[in-house]
This record gives sequence, structure tokens and C-alpha cells, in this order.
Amino acid sequence: MSSSQVSAPGAPPVVSPARVLAGLCLLVPVVVMLWVPSYSKTSPEFGGLPFFYWYQLMWVPLSALFTGSAYLLIRRDEAARRAASAVAAAPVLPGRPKDGGRS
Amino acid sequence: MKHVDWTAMTVFLLFFAAVTVMGFLASRWRRADDALHLHEWGLGGRSFGTWVTWFLLGGDLYTAYTFIAVPAAVYATGASGFFAVPYTIIAYPLVFLFLPRLWSVSRVHGYVTPADFVRGRYGSRALSVAVALTGILATMPYIALQLVGIQAVLDVLGVGGGGNWFLKDLPLFIAFGVLAAYTYSSGLRAPALIAFVKDALVYVVIIVAVIYIPMRLGGYGHVFDAAQQKFSQPGANGKPSGSLVVGPSGQWAYATLAFGSALALFMYPHSVTGVLASKSRNTVRRNMAIMPAYSLMLGLLALLGFLAIAAGVGKGVKGYNSQLAVPQLFADMFPSWFTGVAFAAIGIGALVPAAIMSIAAANLFTRNVYKEFLKPDATPAEETRVAKIASLLVKVGALVFVLLMDKQVAINFQLLGGLWILQTAVALVAGLFTRWFHRWALLAGWAVGMVYGTWMAWGISSAATAHFGGNTTKIPGIGRTGYIGLTAFVLNLVVAVVLTLVLRALKAPEGADETARADYRAEAGDEAVEQAPQPAAAH
Repeated sequence: MSSSQVSAPGAPPVVSPARVLAGLCLLVPVVVMLWVPSYSKTSPEFGGLPFFYWYQLMWVPLSALFTGSAYLLIRRDEAARRAASAVAAAPVLPGRPKDGGRS
Repeated sequence: MKHVDWTAMTVFLLFFAAVTVMGFLASRWRRADDALHLHEWGLGGRSFGTWVTWFLLGGDLYTAYTFIAVPAAVYATGASGFFAVPYTIIAYPLVFLFLPRLWSVSRVHGYVTPADFVRGRYGSRALSVAVALTGILATMPYIALQLVGIQAVLDVLGVGGGGNWFLKDLPLFIAFGVLAAYTYSSGLRAPALIAFVKDALVYVVIIVAVIYIPMRLGGYGHVFDAAQQKFSQPGANGKPSGSLVVGPSGQWAYATLAFGSALALFMYPHSVTGVLASKSRNTVRRNMAIMPAYSLMLGLLALLGFLAIAAGVGKGVKGYNSQLAVPQLFADMFPSWFTGVAFAAIGIGALVPAAIMSIAAANLFTRNVYKEFLKPDATPAEETRVAKIASLLVKVGALVFVLLMDKQVAINFQLLGGLWILQTAVALVAGLFTRWFHRWALLAGWAVGMVYGTWMAWGISSAATAHFGGNTTKIPGIGRTGYIGLTAFVLNLVVAVVLTLVLRALKAPEGADETARADYRAEAGDEAVEQAPQPAAAH
């Protein structure tokens, strides 16, 4: 994404743990849904619904949790990068929090 | 003439009248200083926060297609129609990766359409107009699909049945005339405001439907038993007509349809319009996390197809139009007044996306055809005027589409559009991350994908139609049945990669790139965004 960006001191590396984790959060629902053979069966049933249906419906809120986590991770990561480049650009502002991450 | 349910009809008309008034009043909502700029009419002034965007995108993406065609597919074939659920689950994590970048670069450079971005990124008018025309082409059948939704409701209400072709379609003409008028006067603000009503109605109707109807039918266990029984009877070709789970031979189709459709979802001009109308990059991201609330509703809706089977809708009727299954289910199961509410939800559910789609298509025409080729020195006020007129023409086109074509294949209209729009993904998504691809290679890849996809779809016949009767066929080289659009997309990508290598070796001119690396990360409040050109005046 920002491969050749000149990192300001204190900024996370380009491949930061937060970014990797966010990527994984986004990957999980996609892989789970594309693996059709894992859920194409009728039992166990739940409240009369065959497995095929309740399992996919269950993944709707789960996918929202994963995407929401990715959002929080990325927001923190971006805030940290911004704060770092702001500090680098304007070193006359002491007292400014370096991570800037308000989650 | 059929029996007309006057109570339901009255409730339906009341809601319809209410949103019509809202549509016209919307032009005063969050009114801006320079109403003559295209980004005011066409993007609501790029001012929508998280919740307005959520309602707008929800109203935009979950359309009459949701209400009619998804349960209709489940009603007709069972499990394979349920692919809409994994499709909408996959879509948001997928687009989370690139939509924030599209928002940022569009905000900095004042892009109104996806084709604007392609023009700026690759410096190629040909590629830009290809993306724009694909967008218009894909949107037309999608608007037509919204009309099919309204038609299904009117049909079950008992109006618009007999007489000559004009009388038959008169209610449809009226509904569309009203829609066209307030879209013209209020622009994107009208559907954004009406979306609140639409989504509230939809949620109420669905929640009531999935609780109340199974109670009357003896529970979900009984519902699925009835479905099993229906699907095990041989259909027209002697094979079972459907199944409760996707069999081994259908699993590739299920997964490729879900993945291909998910990738296509935010290539549609109207989805991009909804995204660009939001006020910040994080608004876009937040929405990707809260949009699944609509997917849940979609999943519950799909179950209505099974409820219709269990309720005996269309039982024993030869060649029953499955598009009518859900409206008929509502009419059979609900008291009249609530049937009216449910039908209003479908009707308004068709109007909101139809308005946004016609605005998106009009923006494309104005920015990427009219201003690009016909009148490069058009003023912002002229642009807005042309876009308003174009939005009318697009709707008339969709009306013609729906009157001439077979309604049984509504879902295939939409999937054909999805197939086309998916072919713009290589240029658009890759362009957000890299400038490696050569513009001519992208154009060639697009052309190959379009031709291949259309040709394959043309060769598919179904019981209802000789051509374009489906969207899956054998994937060459793999031998499984899969979504044509995704196969065409892969072919498109391969052509683009190979030709890029060749063109780079030949040192073909690459074209100018007016975007900078930092543009793709800009957020509201940044200097680059504050100093951005007024969208309609860009270029």
C-alpha cells in the first residue's frame, strides 16, 4: 500500500502487526464462506432450520465482528502513523502524544 | 379483472404518497450554497455521515431484487438460491481493502464517478469511457429489475392485470413518472431521505414475516419438510427441481457466484455513488462493519421462499411465476392492512435504488461522455442540467427494457449486469494500489472479458428463454460449473498481465497519472482534502 513511504521516526513499520491482524480478520469470513463443502449438509438442525441455513446466517454477525475488529485495528494504526508524521513534521510541538491512538 | 384488495391498496398508496412528498421536500434538506454543482445534485454535497450513509447504502444495495428475486430463486430451486447470503457476507471484508482508498483519491481530485478515477489515474480517455459505458449498461437492467419488483406487487394487488398493453402497465408508468420527477428535482438527497422510511418498513415487515408466518404454518421443521417434498418431485427435465443443500456438482457454482457477485457489488456506479457521498474515509470503513445488519435481513428474506412453498403458494399451477411467490405469500398470510405495509416496503424498496442508480448512470454520462467528448468546456451548472436530463433518459431506457423482456428472468438480468460490471474491476481495483498495469492492456482485458462473458451467457437456454437463461457454465480447464462472470474476470486479468508485459517491453506510452501516492490515504480534515477542487469544476 504505502511501500515506499518514508517512515517518520516512531511510526509503525509498513507491515505492522495491526495491519497483519486486520488482514486476517478480513480473510476469515471470506474463506469460511467459500468453503462450501464444509457446510453443505442438513444436520444438525437448529430450531427446525437445516445446518446449511443457520450456519450461514450465524456468519453474518460473526463477519461483522471480524470486519469491525479490522476497522478498530486499522484506525489505531492510521492514527499512530499520522501522529508520528505530525511529530516528524513539526518537532516544535512537544507534549503531543506519539501514538495518538484513541480507541 | 382480478379481485382488488382495497384495504391493502389504500395503505400502499398512503405510504407511496408520503414518500413522494418526502422526495420533493428533500431538495431543502441539508441544502448547500452552490446547488448548481454536480456534486450537490449527484453526490448530496459529499456530506453524509455514518448513519445517513448506512441507510443510503442499505437502501441502495438491498433492492426489490432482495424482496422478489432472492426468495423467488429459493422458492424455485432451494439451496442454490441462498448464495446471496455468502455473497453479502464476503462483500464487505473484500471492499474494506480498497473503498477507503477510492474515497480518498476521489475526494482529493473531485472525482464523481469510477470512470473519473480511471481517467485521472491512467490518462486514458478510451479506458475511462469503457468503464463509464459498462457502468451504464450494467445499471439499466438493474433499474429494470426494480420495476419488476413494483410490477409483482401491483399484480398481486390486482391492478394492472387486464386490458391492452397500455392499461396493463399504466400503474407502472405512474410510479415511474413520480420517481423520475423527484429524482430530477432533488438529486441524491431524495433517495437518501426516503431510504430511512424504506429500511424501517423493510425491517418491520421481515421480522414480522419470519416470526408470524412460521407460527401459522406449524414451525420451521414443518416448513422444510414441505420444501423437501416439493423439491424431490421431478421437474420439467425429469431431475429433481431443487434441493435443501447444494450438491457436490453445484458447490463450485455456489462459491464462484458468491465471490464474483461480491467483487462486482462495489463496481456498480450506484454503490460507488453511495460511498463517495459519505463525508470521511472512516465513515466508509465504519459502514463496512455495520452493513451486515442488512445481510441478516437478506438471509431471513431468502427463507421466505421456503415459507411460500409450505404455505402452498403456486402449488399445482403449471409454470407459476416464482417472482410472485413472496407478494402472494404476504397477501395470503397477513391481514389486509399489513399486506399493504409489506407491499409498500417492496414498492419503496424499488424506488430508492432506482433513483440512486439513475443518478449514478447520469453522472457517468455527464462526466465521462458528455463533458469528455461532446462539450469539454461545460460549466458546472450545465453539467448538472445534463445529468438531470440523463437521469430521465436512463429510466425510460429501463422501462423499455422491462416491457420488452421476459420477467421470469429478472434475476438473470441483474446477473448479466453483474457479469459486465465485474470486467471493470481489474482497471479500478488494481489502479487503486498500483500503476503497473498498462492502460491499453487493461482495455484489451476488459474487451476480452466482456465479449467472452456475453457470448457464454448468450449460449445458455432455460425453460423460460432461449438465450441469457443463466449465469453458470463449465469453467474451461477446471471442468466444474462456475459463474461465467468470474471466469471472464480471470481471463480479463490474464490478458491484462500478459499485454502489460508486452507493452512495457515495447515501451508503449504509459499516459500521465495525475494522482500522487499520498492521495490514496487522505482523510477529511487533511490539507489536501480541504484544498480539493470543487468536484464539478475538476478536470
